[in-house]
Amino acid sequence: MRYLPLTTDDRAQMLAAIGAKSVDELFKDVPEAARLDGLIDLPRRQGEMEVERQLAAMAGKNIPAGQVPFFVGAGAYKHHIPATVDHLIQRSEFLTSYTPYQPEITQGTLQYLFEFQTQVSMLTGMEVANASMYDGSTACGEAVLMAHRVTKRKKAVLSGNLHPHYQDVVANLSDFGSYKLVTEPPCPKGTEGLAGEIDEETSCVVVQNPDIFGHVRDLSALAEAAHAKGALMIVVVPEIVSLGLITPPGEMGADIVVGEGQSLGNGLNFGGPYVGLFAAKQKFVRQMPGRLCGETVDAEGKRGFVLTLSTREQHIRREKATSNICTNSGLCCLAFTIHLSLLGEEGYTRLARINHANAVKLADALGAVPGVNVLNEAFFNEFTIETPKPGAEVIDALVEKGVLGGVPLSRLMPGNDEMKNLIAVASTEVNSDQDRAAYARALKEVLA
Amino acid sequence: MSDIRFTKDHEWVLVDGDTATIGISDYAQEQLGDVVFVELPDIGKTLEQGDEAAVVESVKAASEVYAPVSGEVIEVNEELEAAPGRVNEDATGEGWFVKLKLTDEDELDDLMDEAAYAKYIKELD
Repeated sequence: MRYLPLTTDDRAQMLAAIGAKSVDELFKDVPEAARLDGLIDLPRRQGEMEVERQLAAMAGKNIPAGQVPFFVGAGAYKHHIPATVDHLIQRSEFLTSYTPYQPEITQGTLQYLFEFQTQVSMLTGMEVANASMYDGSTACGEAVLMAHRVTKRKKAVLSGNLHPHYQDVVANLSDFGSYKLVTEPPCPKGTEGLAGEIDEETSCVVVQNPDIFGHVRDLSALAEAAHAKGALMIVVVPEIVSLGLITPPGEMGADIVVGEGQSLGNGLNFGGPYVGLFAAKQKFVRQMPGRLCGETVDAEGKRGFVLTLSTREQHIRREKATSNICTNSGLCCLAFTIHLSLLGEEGYTRLARINHANAVKLADALGAVPGVNVLNEAFFNEFTIETPKPGAEVIDALVEKGVLGGVPLSRLMPGNDEMKNLIAVASTEVNSDQDRAAYARALKEVLA
Repeated sequence: MSDIRFTKDHEWVLVDGDTATIGISDYAQEQLGDVVFVELPDIGKTLEQGDEAAVVESVKAASEVYAPVSGEVIEVNEELEAAPGRVNEDATGEGWFVKLKLTDEDELDDLMDEAAYAKYIKELD
Protein backbone atom coordinates (compact mmCIF):
# COMPACT_ATOMS: atom_id res chain seq x y z
CA MET A 1 0.00 0.00 0.00
CA ARG A 2 1.23 3.48 -0.83
CA TYR A 3 1.70 5.67 2.20
CA LEU A 4 -0.15 8.62 0.78
CA PRO A 5 -3.23 10.53 1.89
CA LEU A 6 -6.54 9.20 0.62
CA THR A 7 -7.68 10.46 -2.74
CA THR A 8 -11.25 11.50 -3.43
CA ASP A 9 -11.66 8.21 -5.32
CA ASP A 10 -10.39 6.19 -2.33
CA ARG A 11 -12.93 7.92 -0.11
CA ALA A 12 -15.77 7.31 -2.52
CA GLN A 13 -14.88 3.60 -2.74
CA MET A 14 -14.67 3.19 1.02
CA LEU A 15 -17.95 5.01 1.63
CA ALA A 16 -19.64 2.88 -1.05
CA ALA A 17 -18.33 -0.30 0.60
CA ILE A 18 -19.96 0.56 3.94
CA GLY A 19 -23.02 2.17 2.41
CA ALA A 20 -22.55 5.76 3.59
CA LYS A 21 -23.24 8.61 1.19
CA SER A 22 -20.70 11.05 2.55
CA VAL A 23 -18.11 11.51 5.31
CA ASP A 24 -20.61 13.73 7.13
CA GLU A 25 -23.13 10.92 7.12
CA LEU A 26 -20.48 8.58 8.50
CA PHE A 27 -20.03 10.85 11.53
CA LYS A 28 -23.69 11.67 12.09
CA ASP A 29 -23.68 9.82 15.44
CA VAL A 30 -21.23 12.39 16.82
CA PRO A 31 -23.28 15.20 18.38
CA GLU A 32 -23.23 18.31 16.24
CA ALA A 33 -21.77 20.48 18.98
CA ALA A 34 -18.74 18.22 19.13
CA ARG A 35 -18.10 18.33 15.37
CA LEU A 36 -15.74 20.76 13.67
CA ASP A 37 -17.34 23.03 11.17
CA GLY A 38 -14.61 23.47 8.55
CA LEU A 39 -10.86 23.74 9.02
CA ILE A 40 -9.17 24.93 12.20
CA ASP A 41 -7.86 28.46 11.90
CA LEU A 42 -4.12 27.76 11.68
CA PRO A 43 -1.51 29.40 9.47
CA ARG A 44 -0.92 27.29 6.36
CA ARG A 45 2.85 27.35 6.65
CA GLN A 46 5.63 28.94 8.68
CA GLY A 47 9.41 28.67 8.99
CA GLU A 48 11.00 26.68 11.81
CA MET A 49 12.29 29.81 13.56
CA GLU A 50 8.88 31.50 13.50
CA VAL A 51 7.24 28.35 14.92
CA GLU A 52 9.85 28.09 17.68
CA ARG A 53 9.40 31.71 18.62
CA GLN A 54 5.63 31.42 18.75
CA LEU A 55 5.63 28.20 20.79
CA ALA A 56 8.23 29.61 23.19
CA ALA A 57 5.96 32.61 23.79
CA MET A 58 3.05 30.27 24.51
CA ALA A 59 5.17 28.12 26.86
CA GLY A 60 6.24 31.32 28.61
CA LYS A 61 2.68 31.72 29.88
CA ASN A 62 3.16 28.69 32.14
CA ILE A 63 4.38 29.21 35.67
CA PRO A 64 6.89 26.39 36.28
CA ALA A 65 6.40 24.72 39.64
CA GLY A 66 10.11 25.03 40.42
CA GLN A 67 10.21 28.80 40.04
CA VAL A 68 7.61 29.98 42.54
CA PRO A 69 6.44 29.06 46.03
CA PHE A 70 4.43 25.96 45.09
CA PHE A 71 1.75 24.34 47.28
CA VAL A 72 -0.33 22.37 44.81
CA GLY A 73 -1.14 18.72 45.54
CA ALA A 74 -4.49 16.90 45.32
CA GLY A 75 -3.01 13.73 43.90
CA ALA A 76 0.24 14.96 42.33
CA TYR A 77 3.11 16.11 44.53
CA LYS A 78 6.28 18.02 43.85
CA HIS A 79 9.25 16.39 45.54
CA HIS A 80 12.98 16.65 45.10
CA ILE A 81 14.13 13.87 42.77
CA PRO A 82 17.86 13.14 43.16
CA ALA A 83 19.82 13.60 39.91
CA THR A 84 21.03 9.99 40.25
CA VAL A 85 17.52 8.76 39.42
CA ASP A 86 17.41 10.48 36.07
CA HIS A 87 20.96 9.47 35.29
CA LEU A 88 20.35 5.78 35.96
CA ILE A 89 17.01 5.44 34.19
CA GLN A 90 18.60 6.92 31.07
CA ARG A 91 20.92 3.93 30.66
CA SER A 92 19.85 2.51 27.31
CA GLU A 93 19.30 -1.00 28.76
CA PHE A 94 16.44 0.54 30.75
CA LEU A 95 15.38 3.45 28.61
CA THR A 96 14.93 1.67 25.29
CA SER A 97 13.72 -1.75 26.41
CA TYR A 98 10.08 -2.51 25.85
CA THR A 99 7.83 -4.62 28.06
CA PRO A 100 9.34 -8.11 28.52
CA TYR A 101 7.61 -10.19 25.87
CA GLN A 102 10.40 -12.75 26.13
CA PRO A 103 10.59 -12.36 29.87
CA GLU A 104 13.33 -14.77 30.86
CA ILE A 105 15.98 -13.20 28.66
CA THR A 106 15.38 -9.79 30.27
CA GLN A 107 16.64 -10.62 33.74
CA GLY A 108 17.56 -6.99 34.48
CA THR A 109 14.03 -5.77 33.86
CA LEU A 110 12.53 -8.63 35.82
CA GLN A 111 14.88 -8.01 38.73
CA TYR A 112 13.94 -4.35 39.12
CA LEU A 113 10.25 -5.20 38.78
CA PHE A 114 10.70 -7.83 41.49
CA GLU A 115 12.41 -5.29 43.73
CA PHE A 116 9.69 -2.75 42.98
CA GLN A 117 7.05 -5.30 44.03
CA THR A 118 8.98 -6.04 47.21
CA GLN A 119 9.14 -2.32 48.06
CA VAL A 120 5.44 -1.77 47.38
CA SER A 121 4.42 -4.71 49.50
CA MET A 122 6.66 -3.55 52.37
CA LEU A 123 5.37 0.05 52.22
CA THR A 124 1.71 -0.93 52.10
CA GLY A 125 2.02 -3.76 54.62
CA MET A 126 0.57 -6.27 52.16
CA GLU A 127 1.69 -9.78 51.19
CA VAL A 128 1.89 -9.42 47.43
CA ALA A 129 2.22 -6.56 44.95
CA ASN A 130 2.19 -6.50 41.16
CA ALA A 131 4.63 -4.94 38.70
CA SER A 132 2.59 -1.67 38.60
CA MET A 133 -0.46 -0.20 36.90
CA TYR A 134 -0.80 2.95 34.78
CA ASP A 135 -1.51 5.27 37.70
CA GLY A 136 -3.31 5.48 41.02
CA SER A 137 -6.73 6.00 39.48
CA THR A 138 -6.62 3.01 37.11
CA ALA A 139 -5.21 0.89 39.93
CA CYS A 140 -8.25 1.96 41.97
CA GLY A 141 -10.68 1.05 39.17
CA GLU A 142 -9.02 -2.35 38.73
CA ALA A 143 -9.15 -2.97 42.48
CA VAL A 144 -12.92 -2.56 42.46
CA LEU A 145 -13.27 -5.03 39.57
CA MET A 146 -11.01 -7.45 41.43
CA ALA A 147 -13.15 -7.20 44.56
CA HIS A 148 -16.22 -8.06 42.45
CA ARG A 149 -14.41 -11.19 41.19
CA VAL A 150 -13.23 -12.25 44.64
CA THR A 151 -16.57 -11.80 46.38
CA LYS A 152 -18.78 -12.64 43.37
CA ARG A 153 -20.78 -9.53 44.31
CA LYS A 154 -21.49 -6.45 42.22
CA LYS A 155 -21.85 -3.43 44.46
CA ALA A 156 -19.04 -1.09 45.46
CA VAL A 157 -19.29 1.64 48.09
CA LEU A 158 -17.06 4.64 47.43
CA SER A 159 -16.08 7.18 50.04
CA GLY A 160 -17.10 10.72 49.10
CA ASN A 161 -13.58 11.75 50.07
CA LEU A 162 -12.00 9.61 47.37
CA HIS A 163 -10.36 11.88 44.76
CA PRO A 164 -13.13 12.83 42.27
CA HIS A 165 -10.90 11.82 39.33
CA TYR A 166 -10.49 8.37 40.87
CA GLN A 167 -14.26 8.18 41.33
CA ASP A 168 -14.66 8.94 37.64
CA VAL A 169 -12.26 6.18 36.60
CA VAL A 170 -14.02 3.65 38.85
CA ALA A 171 -17.37 4.67 37.34
CA ASN A 172 -15.95 4.40 33.85
CA LEU A 173 -14.54 0.90 34.35
CA SER A 174 -17.68 -0.22 36.16
CA ASP A 175 -19.74 0.74 33.12
CA PHE A 176 -18.53 -2.35 31.32
CA GLY A 177 -20.29 -4.76 33.67
CA SER A 178 -23.66 -4.69 35.36
CA TYR A 179 -22.05 -3.19 38.45
CA LYS A 180 -23.57 -0.93 41.03
CA LEU A 181 -21.79 2.01 42.60
CA VAL A 182 -22.83 3.80 45.76
CA THR A 183 -20.89 7.05 46.11
CA GLU A 184 -21.19 9.01 49.31
CA PRO A 185 -21.28 12.82 49.27
CA PRO A 186 -17.93 14.46 50.12
CA CYS A 187 -17.37 15.24 53.78
CA PRO A 188 -14.93 18.17 54.23
CA LYS A 189 -14.73 17.63 58.00
CA GLY A 190 -13.51 14.07 57.45
CA THR A 191 -16.01 12.48 59.80
CA GLU A 192 -17.72 10.35 57.17
CA GLY A 193 -19.06 7.03 58.46
CA LEU A 194 -19.18 4.42 55.71
CA ALA A 195 -19.92 1.29 57.73
CA GLY A 196 -23.69 1.78 57.47
CA GLU A 197 -23.57 1.58 53.68
CA ILE A 198 -22.00 -1.89 53.64
CA ASP A 199 -24.46 -4.76 53.26
CA GLU A 200 -24.47 -8.42 52.14
CA GLU A 201 -24.38 -7.37 48.49
CA THR A 202 -21.37 -5.09 48.88
CA SER A 203 -18.17 -6.39 47.34
CA CYS A 204 -15.95 -3.62 48.63
CA VAL A 205 -15.68 -0.28 50.33
CA VAL A 206 -13.14 2.13 48.82
CA VAL A 207 -11.56 4.70 51.09
CA GLN A 208 -8.66 7.10 50.57
CA ASN A 209 -6.02 7.86 53.20
CA PRO A 210 -5.05 10.70 53.42
CA ASP A 211 -8.32 11.67 51.75
CA ILE A 212 -8.95 14.46 49.23
CA PHE A 213 -9.21 17.00 52.07
CA GLY A 214 -6.01 15.69 53.63
CA HIS A 215 -7.61 13.93 56.60
CA VAL A 216 -5.71 10.94 57.97
CA ARG A 217 -7.85 8.31 59.65
CA ASP A 218 -7.62 4.98 61.42
CA LEU A 219 -9.48 2.58 59.16
CA SER A 220 -9.39 -0.52 61.38
CA ALA A 221 -13.04 -0.25 62.44
CA LEU A 222 -14.16 0.18 58.84
CA ALA A 223 -12.19 -2.93 57.85
CA GLU A 224 -13.93 -4.90 60.59
CA ALA A 225 -17.34 -3.63 59.49
CA ALA A 226 -16.59 -4.61 55.88
CA HIS A 227 -15.33 -8.06 56.82
CA ALA A 228 -18.36 -8.69 59.02
CA LYS A 229 -20.50 -8.41 55.86
CA GLY A 230 -18.11 -10.42 53.72
CA ALA A 231 -16.90 -7.32 51.85
CA LEU A 232 -13.33 -6.22 51.15
CA MET A 233 -11.71 -2.95 52.16
CA ILE A 234 -9.76 -1.17 49.42
CA VAL A 235 -7.45 1.59 50.64
CA VAL A 236 -6.23 4.24 48.21
CA VAL A 237 -2.94 5.99 49.03
CA PRO A 238 -2.61 9.13 46.88
CA GLU A 239 0.75 10.20 48.34
CA ILE A 240 3.12 7.28 48.85
CA VAL A 241 5.53 9.30 51.01
CA SER A 242 2.78 9.40 53.67
CA LEU A 243 3.45 5.73 54.50
CA GLY A 244 6.77 6.79 56.01
CA LEU A 245 4.75 8.02 59.00
CA ILE A 246 1.20 6.68 58.77
CA THR A 247 0.27 3.12 59.79
CA PRO A 248 0.34 0.99 56.60
CA PRO A 249 -3.14 0.08 55.28
CA GLY A 250 -2.25 -3.62 55.59
CA GLU A 251 -1.97 -3.22 59.37
CA MET A 252 -5.42 -1.60 59.45
CA GLY A 253 -7.01 -4.62 57.78
CA ALA A 254 -6.99 -3.61 54.09
CA ASP A 255 -7.58 -6.43 51.60
CA ILE A 256 -6.36 -4.47 48.58
CA VAL A 257 -4.15 -1.37 48.64
CA VAL A 258 -3.69 0.84 45.60
CA GLY A 259 -1.70 4.01 45.33
CA GLU A 260 -0.08 6.68 43.24
CA GLY A 261 3.69 6.25 43.17
CA GLN A 262 4.54 9.51 41.36
CA SER A 263 6.02 11.13 44.47
CA LEU A 264 9.01 8.80 44.36
CA GLY A 265 11.29 9.22 41.34
CA ASN A 266 8.76 10.95 39.12
CA GLY A 267 8.19 14.63 38.42
CA LEU A 268 4.80 16.27 37.97
CA ASN A 269 5.06 15.69 34.18
CA PHE A 270 1.88 17.65 33.42
CA GLY A 271 -0.16 14.88 35.08
CA GLY A 272 1.45 11.78 33.61
CA PRO A 273 2.86 9.25 32.95
CA TYR A 274 2.68 8.17 36.57
CA VAL A 275 2.97 4.81 38.26
CA GLY A 276 0.09 2.89 39.85
CA LEU A 277 0.76 0.73 42.89
CA PHE A 278 -1.28 -2.39 43.51
CA ALA A 279 -0.97 -4.77 46.47
CA ALA A 280 -3.22 -7.38 48.02
CA LYS A 281 -3.49 -10.27 50.43
CA GLN A 282 -1.80 -13.44 49.15
CA LYS A 283 -5.07 -15.39 49.11
CA PHE A 284 -6.42 -13.11 46.36
CA VAL A 285 -3.33 -13.34 44.15
CA ARG A 286 -5.08 -15.23 41.34
CA GLN A 287 -7.63 -12.45 40.98
CA MET A 288 -5.01 -9.69 40.79
CA PRO A 289 -4.68 -7.71 37.57
CA GLY A 290 -1.37 -7.08 35.86
CA ARG A 291 2.04 -8.62 35.72
CA LEU A 292 3.69 -10.47 38.57
CA CYS A 293 7.40 -11.20 38.74
CA GLY A 294 8.58 -14.14 40.77
CA GLU A 295 11.93 -15.26 42.07
CA THR A 296 13.18 -18.75 41.25
CA VAL A 297 16.33 -20.75 40.56
CA ASP A 298 17.59 -21.80 37.14
CA ALA A 299 18.77 -25.25 36.04
CA GLU A 300 22.13 -24.60 37.71
CA GLY A 301 20.55 -23.53 40.97
CA LYS A 302 21.28 -19.82 40.46
CA ARG A 303 18.86 -17.07 41.50
CA GLY A 304 16.72 -15.83 38.63
CA PHE A 305 13.42 -14.12 37.87
CA VAL A 306 10.33 -15.08 35.88
CA LEU A 307 6.91 -13.71 35.10
CA THR A 308 4.65 -15.84 37.21
CA LEU A 309 0.94 -16.73 37.34
CA SER A 310 0.66 -15.65 33.70
CA THR A 311 -2.44 -17.78 33.25
CA ARG A 312 -4.40 -14.85 34.72
CA GLU A 313 -3.29 -12.67 31.83
CA GLN A 314 -4.95 -11.87 28.56
CA HIS A 315 -2.52 -13.65 26.23
CA ILE A 316 -3.51 -16.96 27.84
CA ARG A 317 -6.86 -16.38 29.51
CA ARG A 318 -8.34 -14.32 26.65
CA GLU A 319 -11.61 -12.62 27.62
CA LYS A 320 -11.53 -14.23 31.06
CA ALA A 321 -8.26 -12.53 31.96
CA THR A 322 -8.18 -10.63 35.25
CA SER A 323 -7.37 -7.44 33.35
CA ASN A 324 -6.39 -6.05 29.98
CA ILE A 325 -3.33 -4.35 31.36
CA CYS A 326 -0.20 -5.86 29.87
CA THR A 327 2.50 -3.27 29.46
CA ASN A 328 2.88 -0.78 32.29
CA SER A 329 4.68 2.40 33.24
CA GLY A 330 7.95 0.47 33.42
CA LEU A 331 10.37 3.38 33.41
CA CYS A 332 8.33 5.30 36.01
CA CYS A 333 8.37 2.27 38.23
CA LEU A 334 12.13 1.92 37.80
CA ALA A 335 12.52 5.58 38.85
CA PHE A 336 10.36 4.84 41.91
CA THR A 337 12.53 1.85 42.82
CA ILE A 338 15.81 3.72 42.42
CA HIS A 339 14.62 6.75 44.40
CA LEU A 340 13.36 4.58 47.25
CA SER A 341 16.57 2.51 47.24
CA LEU A 342 18.62 5.70 47.48
CA LEU A 343 16.54 6.90 50.42
CA GLY A 344 16.62 3.59 52.28
CA GLU A 345 14.24 2.94 55.14
CA GLU A 346 15.72 5.66 57.31
CA GLY A 347 15.81 8.28 54.56
CA TYR A 348 12.25 7.51 53.54
CA THR A 349 10.97 7.92 57.09
CA ARG A 350 12.96 11.13 57.46
CA LEU A 351 11.54 12.47 54.20
CA ALA A 352 8.04 11.79 55.52
CA ARG A 353 8.84 13.61 58.77
CA ILE A 354 10.13 16.68 56.93
CA ASN A 355 6.99 16.73 54.78
CA HIS A 356 4.71 16.57 57.77
CA ALA A 357 6.69 19.15 59.73
CA ASN A 358 6.59 21.54 56.74
CA ALA A 359 2.85 21.11 56.35
CA VAL A 360 2.29 21.74 60.06
CA LYS A 361 4.32 24.95 59.85
CA LEU A 362 2.30 26.04 56.83
CA ALA A 363 -1.02 25.22 58.51
CA ASP A 364 0.05 27.33 61.49
CA ALA A 365 1.09 30.23 59.24
CA LEU A 366 -2.08 30.17 57.11
CA GLY A 367 -4.35 29.54 60.11
CA ALA A 368 -3.00 32.77 61.62
CA VAL A 369 -4.24 34.81 58.63
CA PRO A 370 -7.47 36.59 59.67
CA GLY A 371 -10.57 34.77 58.38
CA VAL A 372 -8.73 31.57 57.43
CA ASN A 373 -9.75 28.30 59.05
CA VAL A 374 -7.82 25.00 58.85
CA LEU A 375 -10.32 22.12 58.70
CA ASN A 376 -8.04 19.23 59.62
CA GLU A 377 -7.19 17.68 62.95
CA ALA A 378 -4.86 15.00 61.57
CA PHE A 379 -3.10 15.34 58.23
CA PHE A 380 0.16 14.39 56.52
CA ASN A 381 1.55 16.92 54.01
CA GLU A 382 -1.76 18.32 52.78
CA PHE A 383 -4.73 19.99 54.45
CA THR A 384 -7.79 22.05 53.61
CA ILE A 385 -8.34 25.70 54.41
CA GLU A 386 -11.59 27.61 54.39
CA THR A 387 -11.35 31.21 53.24
CA PRO A 388 -13.88 34.05 53.50
CA LYS A 389 -13.76 34.42 49.71
CA PRO A 390 -14.36 31.79 46.99
CA GLY A 391 -11.33 29.49 46.73
CA ALA A 392 -10.96 29.79 42.96
CA GLU A 393 -10.79 33.59 43.20
CA VAL A 394 -8.28 33.41 46.04
CA ILE A 395 -6.03 31.06 44.04
CA ASP A 396 -6.20 33.28 40.94
CA ALA A 397 -5.33 36.35 43.02
CA LEU A 398 -2.41 34.45 44.59
CA VAL A 399 -1.10 33.58 41.12
CA GLU A 400 -0.97 37.32 40.39
CA LYS A 401 1.28 37.63 43.44
CA GLY A 402 3.53 34.81 42.25
CA VAL A 403 2.33 32.05 44.61
CA LEU A 404 0.73 28.78 43.47
CA GLY A 405 -1.36 28.27 46.55
CA GLY A 406 -3.15 24.95 46.09
CA VAL A 407 -6.22 23.48 44.43
CA PRO A 408 -9.63 25.13 44.90
CA LEU A 409 -11.87 22.17 45.71
CA SER A 410 -14.68 23.76 43.69
CA ARG A 411 -12.61 22.93 40.60
CA LEU A 412 -12.50 19.24 41.53
CA MET A 413 -16.16 19.13 42.55
CA PRO A 414 -17.92 21.71 40.39
CA GLY A 415 -21.48 22.56 41.36
CA ASN A 416 -21.02 21.56 44.99
CA ASP A 417 -21.64 24.73 47.04
CA GLU A 418 -19.96 23.26 50.09
CA MET A 419 -16.63 23.37 48.21
CA LYS A 420 -16.89 27.03 47.22
CA ASN A 421 -14.53 28.46 49.84
CA LEU A 422 -12.27 25.44 50.31
CA ILE A 423 -8.67 25.07 49.10
CA ALA A 424 -6.48 21.93 49.35
CA VAL A 425 -2.95 23.00 50.26
CA ALA A 426 0.17 20.81 50.19
CA SER A 427 3.66 21.43 51.50
CA THR A 428 6.52 19.01 50.81
CA GLU A 429 10.26 19.08 51.51
CA VAL A 430 10.80 21.46 48.56
CA ASN A 431 9.17 24.41 50.34
CA SER A 432 11.41 26.71 52.37
CA ASP A 433 10.45 28.92 55.31
CA GLN A 434 10.59 31.87 52.88
CA ASP A 435 8.08 30.12 50.60
CA ARG A 436 5.67 29.66 53.48
CA ALA A 437 6.12 33.24 54.66
CA ALA A 438 5.49 34.47 51.09
CA TYR A 439 2.29 32.43 50.95
CA ALA A 440 0.95 33.71 54.28
CA ARG A 441 1.80 37.29 53.33
CA ALA A 442 0.16 37.03 49.90
CA LEU A 443 -2.94 35.35 51.35
CA LYS A 444 -3.30 38.11 53.91
CA GLU A 445 -3.16 40.71 51.15
CA VAL A 446 -5.62 38.83 48.95
CA LEU A 447 -8.15 38.51 51.76
CA ALA A 448 -7.73 42.06 53.09
CA MET B 1 -26.36 -46.47 36.07
CA SER B 2 -23.05 -46.29 37.97
CA ASP B 3 -20.96 -46.32 34.80
CA ILE B 4 -18.63 -43.43 34.10
CA ARG B 5 -19.68 -41.07 31.29
CA PHE B 6 -17.69 -38.50 29.34
CA THR B 7 -18.35 -35.23 27.50
CA LYS B 8 -16.74 -33.98 24.31
CA ASP B 9 -15.04 -31.33 26.47
CA HIS B 10 -13.30 -34.10 28.41
CA GLU B 11 -15.20 -33.96 31.68
CA TRP B 12 -16.31 -37.18 33.31
CA VAL B 13 -19.30 -37.90 35.53
CA LEU B 14 -19.99 -40.86 37.76
CA VAL B 15 -23.44 -41.25 39.27
CA ASP B 16 -24.18 -42.99 42.56
CA GLY B 17 -27.82 -42.72 43.59
CA ASP B 18 -28.60 -39.04 42.96
CA THR B 19 -25.01 -37.89 43.53
CA ALA B 20 -22.95 -37.07 40.43
CA THR B 21 -19.17 -36.82 40.87
CA ILE B 22 -17.38 -34.72 38.26
CA GLY B 23 -13.79 -34.36 37.10
CA ILE B 24 -11.64 -34.11 34.00
CA SER B 25 -10.47 -37.11 32.00
CA ASP B 26 -7.03 -38.64 32.02
CA TYR B 27 -6.65 -37.47 28.43
CA ALA B 28 -7.45 -33.89 29.52
CA GLN B 29 -4.89 -33.87 32.35
CA GLU B 30 -2.25 -35.20 29.99
CA GLN B 31 -2.99 -32.43 27.48
CA LEU B 32 -2.92 -29.73 30.17
CA GLY B 33 0.35 -30.76 31.77
CA ASP B 34 1.11 -30.11 35.45
CA VAL B 35 -2.03 -28.78 37.13
CA VAL B 36 -1.12 -25.94 39.52
CA PHE B 37 -4.50 -24.64 40.63
CA VAL B 38 -8.16 -25.58 40.61
CA GLU B 39 -10.86 -22.98 41.23
CA LEU B 40 -13.95 -24.68 42.62
CA PRO B 41 -17.54 -23.41 42.88
CA ASP B 42 -19.34 -22.48 46.09
CA ILE B 43 -21.37 -25.19 47.78
CA GLY B 44 -25.07 -24.65 47.16
CA LYS B 45 -24.56 -23.19 43.70
CA THR B 46 -26.99 -24.52 41.08
CA LEU B 47 -25.46 -25.48 37.75
CA GLU B 48 -27.21 -26.18 34.48
CA GLN B 49 -25.73 -28.72 32.11
CA GLY B 50 -22.92 -26.92 30.25
CA ASP B 51 -22.42 -24.18 32.87
CA GLU B 52 -18.92 -23.36 34.03
CA ALA B 53 -18.34 -25.51 37.11
CA ALA B 54 -14.65 -24.98 37.80
CA VAL B 55 -11.43 -23.62 36.34
CA VAL B 56 -8.34 -25.75 36.03
CA GLU B 57 -5.00 -24.06 35.63
CA SER B 58 -1.84 -25.77 34.46
CA VAL B 59 1.61 -24.35 33.84
CA LYS B 60 0.63 -23.63 30.25
CA ALA B 61 -3.09 -22.85 30.22
CA ALA B 62 -6.21 -22.11 32.18
CA SER B 63 -9.39 -23.89 31.09
CA GLU B 64 -12.99 -23.95 32.13
CA VAL B 65 -14.57 -27.17 33.34
CA TYR B 66 -18.24 -27.42 32.37
CA ALA B 67 -20.93 -29.29 34.26
CA PRO B 68 -21.72 -32.51 32.31
CA VAL B 69 -25.14 -32.63 34.01
CA SER B 70 -27.35 -30.19 35.90
CA GLY B 71 -27.53 -30.12 39.68
CA GLU B 72 -26.70 -28.39 42.93
CA VAL B 73 -23.14 -28.37 44.23
CA ILE B 74 -23.10 -30.44 47.43
CA GLU B 75 -19.37 -31.02 47.87
CA VAL B 76 -16.07 -29.86 46.38
CA ASN B 77 -12.70 -31.59 46.56
CA GLU B 78 -10.96 -29.27 49.01
CA GLU B 79 -7.82 -31.37 48.92
CA LEU B 80 -7.08 -29.99 45.48
CA GLU B 81 -6.32 -26.63 47.03
CA ALA B 82 -3.17 -27.94 48.67
CA ALA B 83 -2.50 -30.76 46.21
CA PRO B 84 -3.65 -29.82 42.69
CA GLY B 85 -1.26 -32.50 41.37
CA ARG B 86 -3.89 -35.10 42.35
CA VAL B 87 -5.59 -34.25 39.07
CA ASN B 88 -2.51 -35.47 37.18
CA GLU B 89 -1.97 -38.51 39.36
CA ASP B 90 -5.50 -39.84 39.46
CA ALA B 91 -7.81 -37.82 37.21
CA THR B 92 -10.81 -40.12 37.39
CA GLY B 93 -10.36 -41.01 41.06
CA GLU B 94 -8.88 -38.83 43.82
CA GLY B 95 -8.57 -35.93 41.39
CA TRP B 96 -12.35 -35.37 41.28
CA PHE B 97 -13.59 -31.74 41.36
CA VAL B 98 -17.23 -31.43 42.38
CA LYS B 99 -20.18 -33.48 43.59
CA LEU B 100 -23.62 -32.46 42.36
CA LYS B 101 -27.09 -33.46 43.45
CA LEU B 102 -28.40 -34.71 40.14
CA THR B 103 -31.62 -33.11 38.94
CA ASP B 104 -32.17 -34.82 35.59
CA GLU B 105 -30.94 -38.36 35.05
CA ASP B 106 -31.92 -38.25 31.39
CA GLU B 107 -29.06 -35.83 30.71
CA LEU B 108 -26.68 -38.77 31.09
CA ASP B 109 -28.00 -40.11 27.81
CA ASP B 110 -26.32 -37.18 26.02
CA LEU B 111 -22.89 -38.38 27.20
CA MET B 112 -20.44 -41.00 25.98
CA ASP B 113 -19.62 -44.25 27.75
CA GLU B 114 -16.02 -45.31 28.25
CA ALA B 115 -15.73 -47.15 24.92
CA ALA B 116 -17.29 -44.32 22.91
CA TYR B 117 -15.00 -41.77 24.61
CA ALA B 118 -11.91 -43.91 23.92
CA LYS B 119 -12.91 -43.95 20.27
CA TYR B 120 -13.58 -40.19 20.34
CA ILE B 121 -10.14 -39.24 21.67
CA LYS B 122 -8.48 -41.64 19.28
CA GLU B 123 -10.03 -39.67 16.44
CA LEU B 124 -8.72 -36.42 17.96
CA ASP B 125 -5.08 -37.54 17.95
